[in-house]
Amino acid sequence: MADTTGETPVQARCIGDTAIIYASDYLNKLSGERIERECKRQLESGCRALVINFRDTELVNSIGVSILMGVIDAAEQNTAQLIFSDVNSHTAKLFEMLGLTRLVSVAKDENEALALVAPQTNVAGSTS
Amino acid sequence: METNTQRLLHTFAALADLGQEIADTGDFEEMLRASFHLLLGSLAIRRGAVGEYDRERGELRLIAARGLGESPELVLPLASERARHLASLGSSLTLDEARSEAGNFLEDHKDAFASVEIDLLVPLVVRERLIGAVLLGEKATGEKFTEEDLQIVGALARHIGVGIHSHRLLEEVEHKAEENRRLYEGLRAIYKETVHAFAAAIDIKDRYTQGHSVRVGKYSEIIARELGWSDDAVEGIAIAGYLHDIGKLIVDLNVINSPERFNAKESKEMSRHPAAGYEILAPISHPYADIPLMARYHHERLDGNGYPDGLKGDEIPPGAKIVTLADSFDAMTTDRPYRKRLALVDVLADFRANTGTQFEPAVVCAFCRAFLKEIEGTSKEKRLMKLLGKNYEDVESVSPLLTQLISDLDGGAMAATASSH
Repeated sequence: MADTTGETPVQARCIGDTAIIYASDYLNKLSGERIERECKRQLESGCRALVINFRDTELVNSIGVSILMGVIDAAEQNTAQLIFSDVNSHTAKLFEMLGLTRLVSVAKDENEALALVAPQTNVAGSTS
Repeated sequence: METNTQRLLHTFAALADLGQEIADTGDFEEMLRASFHLLLGSLAIRRGAVGEYDRERGELRLIAARGLGESPELVLPLASERARHLASLGSSLTLDEARSEAGNFLEDHKDAFASVEIDLLVPLVVRERLIGAVLLGEKATGEKFTEEDLQIVGALARHIGVGIHSHRLLEEVEHKAEENRRLYEGLRAIYKETVHAFAAAIDIKDRYTQGHSVRVGKYSEIIARELGWSDDAVEGIAIAGYLHDIGKLIVDLNVINSPERFNAKESKEMSRHPAAGYEILAPISHPYADIPLMARYHHERLDGNGYPDGLKGDEIPPGAKIVTLADSFDAMTTDRPYRKRLALVDVLADFRANTGTQFEPAVVCAFCRAFLKEIEGTSKEKRLMKLLGKNYEDVESVSPLLTQLISDLDGGAMAATASSH
């Protein structure tokens, strides 16, 4: 989908009805809202599982955490699976300390995340 | 890293981010929403809301909410007794109090929060006044809130309260400033209307010069604008023009309306009017500078032969020099009982003859430029020509004279005359 907001588009790709969304280096209000919008867009377009890849993310601030909680709620409401992958050790500890890991699965990397997702029907990749 | 240290760092970071959000004076509601997210994110709280309390209406208006259902009611009544009670608790209330207030709140708003669990209510209080409230539900950990959690929430809530309070103060200041501006504009309008009434009164007294004061005001305005004066100063000089003859109010009516040229006694009586005008105008706080001085000095001359004080050259305020020329121009271009109005050629000849002795060269030059612009059509408005009226139909014929006078004044020929006096 073309980005009409003038913002840097969120990197995302779909594998079947799983969307993989790439978080930026610093997950704050601005970048968090972009991810939240993208996640909601993917859920609305029928994705049954979301993988948020934190491979580039060095820091998540409080607003970022709050926005991720919103994504968790949205996924729950859509009965979609949500998995975090490639989380660095600092962020992993933060998520654990705050209890996010009770609400969402955390995978070592994208492959592990995809393996956690229920069987796919379509494995052809596309990038947006 | 120890969990406690990490928790502490996360809280400090939240406080620092909150400070930045609150300092941002842009969109108030966006600031409040961001602050609310910071608060939720600091402890990973799953649901809650932040509201602003409207004391006048007795309402809590929710600005941001999460996990309170599809469309939580945004405006909730909050009785003044309850508000006073919450204010007395402040943001540093105990865990039991925060839980108890959450229970009371849910009880008061059963319909709005039928299926929602709210664990804590933290009032936002500044200077013992309720500013708003934060409602908080469960944490992501599933654990109960602790006293330590409440301290963190309390610290963040105090900052949010200050943010709302500052915004309200700013709104109040802006409102007051707008009110003052309107009041000032109103007073200015009254002042101008009063000035016009005075100008009319002055001109009614002198049956031969009806409309003179208003015209002098308008000629002065045209000259000042051509000289590049500010809008405010142009307004001021127009007022000075309207009032320059106010001293005539104390001059004997028979003298003013004498059909003959003044004799020595009458001239003496008449020459009282600039100083008298000053005395009338000086006690008034005018919104423009030097109005009384312009009335006092509009009969002064550059060569020092004017009255009442015989000032010379730069001793005469610039505004008075403008009013002097405007006054003379109107006097020469209107009929008097003892003579008919002068032809423009003769008026300009008078200007040429008296520039540097009576009139300031730069003022004469500005007047000529403004006049020429109107004749040549480079000036959209024809104010000067309208003021001259239909008595002067052949104004175009003086273009060469104006051009020559401007050229002589710009070239310094007339200035040399001025410096010789």
